[in-house]
Amino acid sequence: METILGVVISGLMIGGLYALIAMGLSLQYGVARVLNVSHGEFIMLGALTTWTLYTVFGLNPLLALAVCGPIAFALGYVLHRTVYRRIWASSPSPGVFESNSLLASFGLLFIIQNLALFGWGPEIRGYTYLAFPVELAGVSFGANRLVTLGLALLVGVTFYAFLSRTRIGKAIRASAQDSTAAALMGVNINSVLALCFGLGAGLAAIAGMLISMCYPVHAVMGIPYTIIAMIVVVLGGLGSIPGSFLGGFVLGLIGSVVTYIEPALTLIAYYLIFALLLLVRPSGIMGR
Amino acid sequence: MRTGSLSWNQLRTPAVWGVLLLAAGTLTLYASTYSVILITNILLYVILTVSWVLFSAPTGYISLATAAFFGVGIYTSAILGDQLPLPLVILTAAVASFGLAAIVGALTLRLKGVYFCFFTFGLVELIKHVLLWYEVSVTGLRGRFVVSADHITVYYIILAILAVLLLTSYLIRRSRVGLALRSIGESEEAAAHAGINVSAVKTMVFALSAVFVAAAGAAMARRWGYVDPYIAFDYLYSFTAVAMAVFGGVSRFAGPILGAVAFAYMRELLITRFPYIYMLVMGLVLVVTILFLPQGLVELATKAPWRRLRGPREPA
Repeated sequence: METILGVVISGLMIGGLYALIAMGLSLQYGVARVLNVSHGEFIMLGALTTWTLYTVFGLNPLLALAVCGPIAFALGYVLHRTVYRRIWASSPSPGVFESNSLLASFGLLFIIQNLALFGWGPEIRGYTYLAFPVELAGVSFGANRLVTLGLALLVGVTFYAFLSRTRIGKAIRASAQDSTAAALMGVNINSVLALCFGLGAGLAAIAGMLISMCYPVHAVMGIPYTIIAMIVVVLGGLGSIPGSFLGGFVLGLIGSVVTYIEPALTLIAYYLIFALLLLVRPSGIMGR
Repeated sequence: MRTGSLSWNQLRTPAVWGVLLLAAGTLTLYASTYSVILITNILLYVILTVSWVLFSAPTGYISLATAAFFGVGIYTSAILGDQLPLPLVILTAAVASFGLAAIVGALTLRLKGVYFCFFTFGLVELIKHVLLWYEVSVTGLRGRFVVSADHITVYYIILAILAVLLLTSYLIRRSRVGLALRSIGESEEAAAHAGINVSAVKTMVFALSAVFVAAAGAAMARRWGYVDPYIAFDYLYSFTAVAMAVFGGVSRFAGPILGAVAFAYMRELLITRFPYIYMLVMGLVLVVTILFLPQGLVELATKAPWRRLRGPREPA
């Protein structure tokens, strides 16, 4: 019984991280239509920035949130305003925009990754913060992991509230459904799309900060997280943000069960789920 | 300028190809060992790039799986290298990779392009993990030694693969399949209504493009001597193929070749001493090309002043 509970709780913890990452990618693809394969690089930036702030300046990792999130948001916003906006203007059709923006983000992946390799080097970094055990339902967990789960839930729910309750959130949802119609209804589409891209980058950086609290981080850690984000986005349903949030926890739970049996097979299991999904239900959990 | 029924303009392209083929075919007679190895590497990147273009350029489906097929070739060579003669190893690699690409294509190519892109992006990582798990838990090996071959043999094999690939892609461009691919790229629904079996055409050409990549991997592994899953399944190969093709320009036959040669040469200069700078420059060039030169390097060539006098040429 304790084992089952342990597996479930650690699944929820990983799931919280997956949910954040996937929500970010979902915003970038679902609304801004950018297939951002450099998503994981923003996670890496968040993680390594937090590491630097903690080990060099002694800044509490939880406070690093206030640094990483806004910086990544600004970076994403500017990127969309300059690079993707220009590609959008020069693409004759949405299909061409999708492939060109994908190619550009592939280029960005390598630019960011190699700049990070210059700055931080290829070493694997880690620090200990809140690493004392906490007893929960008879199983002990690291306090840092519980904080991670709590924060992931908090950010996820806040973000959902932002989308469903505020005016900007409404504009984002409208643009996700039909950006042309939204623009005709007076939504400032350029700024909304850039906002979505920036928010996606910000969520990735926050996830990166949380990841750095629990796992070792390094400059080339991004790609596996991008792959997981893509699988979760398909699992939740392309373009559905609540779907991505839910899908993150589902995949986290599955991953936790597989890790308990054979850790080396986790990513393989994710991919099997991905393949099955494409065969049986490509529209995902919440897809239309 | 007309002499009989043939003009220089008609003869120019075959003449250039003939001279290139002759020069490449006799290279080992006059070039130094270093030059042969350098040119083998450059030709390898031309193979990766032209294979990528074969499927991704006309259809607009961006494949990020080149590295996966390349790795399949490398590992086929590593596993079977001491049991089969080299031509059979290359054939096995080609068949294995054809099968893998056909499965991936059948799974994803009947859906929207984004599923294909997501799936191929992770494919390299997936195969790497499967292989690592297999090697650790079953064979207990971390890496493998590959039976080596001399650089002249590898050069001629790579040259032969490239020749077959160029011929194949030239013929496909001019065939009904090529026309079908382009119409899929322009409008998939219209293509389907015109009676094209859209998923089948896409899957077959995708699988065909994987064959050449794996064959090249199987040949190149002979030069390296030792491989492990991290060396064989490296994202950089996927990335390089995409960047080279976009840089050269995919709208013309010569574009990707031009891009690959230029880039592969730069790679030779930078990769050993400044690997990060090399990858950074690749990323920058890719982004800048997409933003400011969407048709690639060949667009500059067609806009050159001496071209204007003769007027534009029809795309090949």
